[in-house]
Amino acid sequence: MAKIILDRLLEQFVAGEILETGSQHGNEWARVAPANWRAVAQFLRDDPVTALNMFIDLTCVDRLGRKPRFDVVMHLYSVDEKHRVRLLAGLPEDDPSIDSVVVLWPGANWFEREAFDLYGVRFAGHPDLRRILMYPEFVGHPLRKDFPKEGRQPLLRRLPGSVD
Amino acid sequence: MPFSVYTSKLAQAVNWARKFSLFEYPFVTACCGMEFMATWAPKYDIARFGAELPRFSPRQADLLIVVGTITERQGPVLRRIYDQMCEPKWVIAYGVCASTGGFYQNYSTMPGADQVIPVDIYIPGCPPRPEQMLDALVMLQERIQKGEGHSQVVLRAERGYVAPDVAIRPDGNAKEGAGR
Amino acid sequence: MDERAPSQTARRVVIGLGDAANLPEADELPTESMPLNMGPSHPAMHGTVRMVLEVDGEKIRSVDVQIGFLHRCFEKEAENATWTQIFPYTDRLNYVSPMLCNVGYALAVEKLLDIDGRIPERAQFIRVIVGEISRITDHLTCLAASAMELAAFTVFFYLMKAREWFWELLEEVSGARLTHSYVRIGGVVADLTDDFCPKLRDVLRRCRAAIADADKLLTGNRIFRDRMDGIAIITRDDAIGWGLTGPVGRSAGLDYDVRKDHPYLVYDRFDFDVPVGSKGDNFDRYAVRLEEMRQSMRILEQAMERLPAGPVLLDDARVALPPKREVYNTIESMIAHFKLIMDGIVVPPGEIYSFTEGGNGELGFYIVSDGTGQPWKCRVRPPCFANLAVLNKILPGLFIADIVPTFGMINMIGGECDR
Repeated sequence: MAKIILDRLLEQFVAGEILETGSQHGNEWARVAPANWRAVAQFLRDDPVTALNMFIDLTCVDRLGRKPRFDVVMHLYSVDEKHRVRLLAGLPEDDPSIDSVVVLWPGANWFEREAFDLYGVRFAGHPDLRRILMYPEFVGHPLRKDFPKEGRQPLLRRLPGSVD
Repeated sequence: MPFSVYTSKLAQAVNWARKFSLFEYPFVTACCGMEFMATWAPKYDIARFGAELPRFSPRQADLLIVVGTITERQGPVLRRIYDQMCEPKWVIAYGVCASTGGFYQNYSTMPGADQVIPVDIYIPGCPPRPEQMLDALVMLQERIQKGEGHSQVVLRAERGYVAPDVAIRPDGNAKEGAGR
Repeated sequence: MDERAPSQTARRVVIGLGDAANLPEADELPTESMPLNMGPSHPAMHGTVRMVLEVDGEKIRSVDVQIGFLHRCFEKEAENATWTQIFPYTDRLNYVSPMLCNVGYALAVEKLLDIDGRIPERAQFIRVIVGEISRITDHLTCLAASAMELAAFTVFFYLMKAREWFWELLEEVSGARLTHSYVRIGGVVADLTDDFCPKLRDVLRRCRAAIADADKLLTGNRIFRDRMDGIAIITRDDAIGWGLTGPVGRSAGLDYDVRKDHPYLVYDRFDFDVPVGSKGDNFDRYAVRLEEMRQSMRILEQAMERLPAGPVLLDDARVALPPKREVYNTIESMIAHFKLIMDGIVVPPGEIYSFTEGGNGELGFYIVSDGTGQPWKCRVRPPCFANLAVLNKILPGLFIADIVPTFGMINMIGGECDR
């Protein structure tokens, strides 16, 4: 199916750059070292065999309790070959930052802003990294596992007598 | 004492005109907006009640219908729209999200529009059926006729009229005695 | 207003007839652009979004589309709810086609559980049927609201009337007109009513007439065409680079439909076409949606003909609630019922990205399970999030009045975009 993507990746990059590959429930995935994030993405886009030219999704997973804590997850799709891949990169808790892929796919712009907004992952090279779903005055990154679900930060003073 | 202090015939006539010609401002955010559109659609035609005309400027509207979930980010926007409306104005909270926050209890959802603006009628439902909207409208019309809408009460208190016996507070409880 | 010769207008503004290209550029005149806020509360019925425009007269210089005014924390709520309790939250994602969101989420969890090959066939057909009905209501709402914003009120009423018929049908089947929560892990919660198919056939016949009326009123309408033709063109490369799928991507020439390219449920057994546009302007998006409704009706008729008999929920007590009769009479079913409600379905640890064709494009669910009854992460890949981002590119250069049909045809649904 999409094993060809993983094979091409393993041919092109050495073991220190592609940490792990696998296939689960019909999804092929590859774990990439964060320093090679953009290089791997660019190779996958430009290589004629993989031709992963369509950007689908970018998000982040907070694996609290595991080091590195954050996983940036990107899904790519090829319109011509009709296969897809998932790329993961582990980021440490104290400084979760990784290269931005906006130069490769303009559609990644908002997805990276969302990952920054909700998880605090910084994307180096992003043209306009600011909050997108939360308001600018919000403090914290709400989808992290240690952020309380009901941690409201009201933007407007409540009417007297209102019940929360 | 019954609520019969406010009995001026002119005020009654004015209130009659007000209740049958509500210009609403539909503050539509979420899924309830779809049922709101259905209430305006031919099957549950709200034009029968005189409240069909949506005015998309708060300065021309007197009924603010808060349709859908209000998030914290939307709070200042909602308050500003409410402030821009001229008195007397009424607010209907359409849907459980606008009434109490619905089943969303999280860092971004304001638990009800009445946290920042005073609401006259709450319509529960997720989303409420159009018949509930029509029922709420009739209920509001009765309130308008009697002069019990929140801003009507506040207006009279500000102008020094004799305070009614029953005043409507934002937490929905009736307070006996002096008005606001 | 008559055209003056350039020699007479050394320092005057040239006023003349003709299109925008002939007017002098603003750089020749001492002007500055004006920031204009199309606030989160605006007449367009689609979603609550704020566009901070920088306009030069009527022309847009740049736009900053700000979303997040309906961020209801789907992912955070999903992390604190059991797998079945998430279904109502998925309803409110794309609230004009809620069945499609339900189905997408159910398929993702079923793949994680490895039961996607064992879903009863009748349940799969029912999922296709209600999914396509939802898709039709999505497109009806989009076209009705967009037409109303362009002052074609009659079309709004015709299509709303058609939408009511579908909602009545779905209400008979699921109990709610809009937020159904009809699908469950392992099938659907209840079977179709006995007279569902005859009623659906009747509704389809009437809906075809309503869509034909709307078509006649709009497609050849000079005003409508002038406002939609050639406006906000999205190229195929744009669609690929920005990740646009669904009617927006297909109108740009990108022939990608998940139902055809990666068939799921029983879509591979039906014969239907996928309309693909050529120019990528607003009119193409309108035409693609109109034709997609007709194709969905084709799928519905074929599905109703071939609807098999059988159960509608998987008979596996680890995944689906047993029937009430058994719960009240056998101890195993009662224990299974208790464990499913209190702990939730125990999904083995793993990750999956499962994608279906939502109303707006590729609706993906990226689910990470840690082996408990609640997901570790349940992400929605919202199609209209990507579709709306492209507005930052196509709006500059248009007039303010062009925002209305463009935004309408992108069909941004606030619940899905902001989650």
